[in-house]
Amino acid sequence: MAELRQQLLVLHLHTPDLNSHVVAWAMYDGTGKIRYTTGDSDAPPYSSVVEAMQDGWRVIQFPQQFPAYPGMEYHTSYLRFEYILEKMEEI
Amino acid sequence: MVDKQHLLTTEQMASFVADGYLRFDDFIPDELNKAAHEEMASGVPTRGGGGTVLNDVWGEGSAVGDVFNLPKVQGIIQSLVGENPLYDHHAVHIVRPQSEHGQIWHADAIIDLRMHFDIQFFYFSHDTPREMGGTMILPGSHFRRVCETDVARYQNFLSQHPIVCNAGTLVVVHHGIWHCAQPNLTEDTRYMFKLRLNPTVRQLKLWNTDDINTAGIRGILSRNHRWYGNDVRLEIVNRIKLWRFLIGDESYDVGYWLSRLENMPENVKNVA
Repeated sequence: MAELRQQLLVLHLHTPDLNSHVVAWAMYDGTGKIRYTTGDSDAPPYSSVVEAMQDGWRVIQFPQQFPAYPGMEYHTSYLRFEYILEKMEEI
Repeated sequence: MVDKQHLLTTEQMASFVADGYLRFDDFIPDELNKAAHEEMASGVPTRGGGGTVLNDVWGEGSAVGDVFNLPKVQGIIQSLVGENPLYDHHAVHIVRPQSEHGQIWHADAIIDLRMHFDIQFFYFSHDTPREMGGTMILPGSHFRRVCETDVARYQNFLSQHPIVCNAGTLVVVHHGIWHCAQPNLTEDTRYMFKLRLNPTVRQLKLWNTDDINTAGIRGILSRNHRWYGNDVRLEIVNRIKLWRFLIGDESYDVGYWLSRLENMPENVKNVA
């Protein structure tokens, strides 16, 4: 039986809509073949989460949405619409 | 006080507020670049630690000190943090040859709640092509409240900006900007000199305000760097707040952004 390892794709979207466009992205390779790093690409691998799903990626995390804490309505920090996707790859 | 011609313009200040950085290409003379490069390789001596008045940190004969004493560099400093800022710290950032992995994204230091801001200079004393890295910065990230390497999971953003430049390029950033050193795939060591400065005066119209009423400011403050998606309007609100702080006008607005939110009439209609 083939051994499988996880590939992770992290996509940050313009809005919570899974069809909205990707504004930031990262990849992590559990096979050990590639070590992705900061600034290693100028364009996202997919234009949206839905496009990645159509290529076989499975969504394993949805961002939860919370109202802003009182007094912090205009503060910004992390990217809010972060989707994590996986693919299993044989090694 | 440096001559007015060396101070930043209002448009440049607005760009700093919107983008979190200003970039000055081919800015430092070549002979100083060469001397500063040698000094970085051998160690940059300083007098005093964090909190020392900047003018006391470097004495005669320091190439790095000479760079920051240039009138046009003093003009940038005075425009942003005033005439006698404090030295916070410096660092000679070195990326060894054939370094294949970029540094993780980070902001320098912990969450900083101040409207007052520190500045950091990134000085590139030698040519820095893309294969040598450059420091990557994320335009417009300076208002984000994060603690140092909390943003290390991220790798790429729309509009990320690698500082690829010729020798003598100087970049000045708001203390909150996200950045990371990029891989150096060449056979040469890459140097970048970083200097952080703290203001000692209220940051209020310290620049050349001759163009304070120029029409372009609102457009600059409305720039969209794309990576923050739907939060762009929150970013503009934060820029308006900083701009109000800098120009001393709590009624300033870009279009009708904060004015709408601040409209809370309390006058009661006089009914018979």
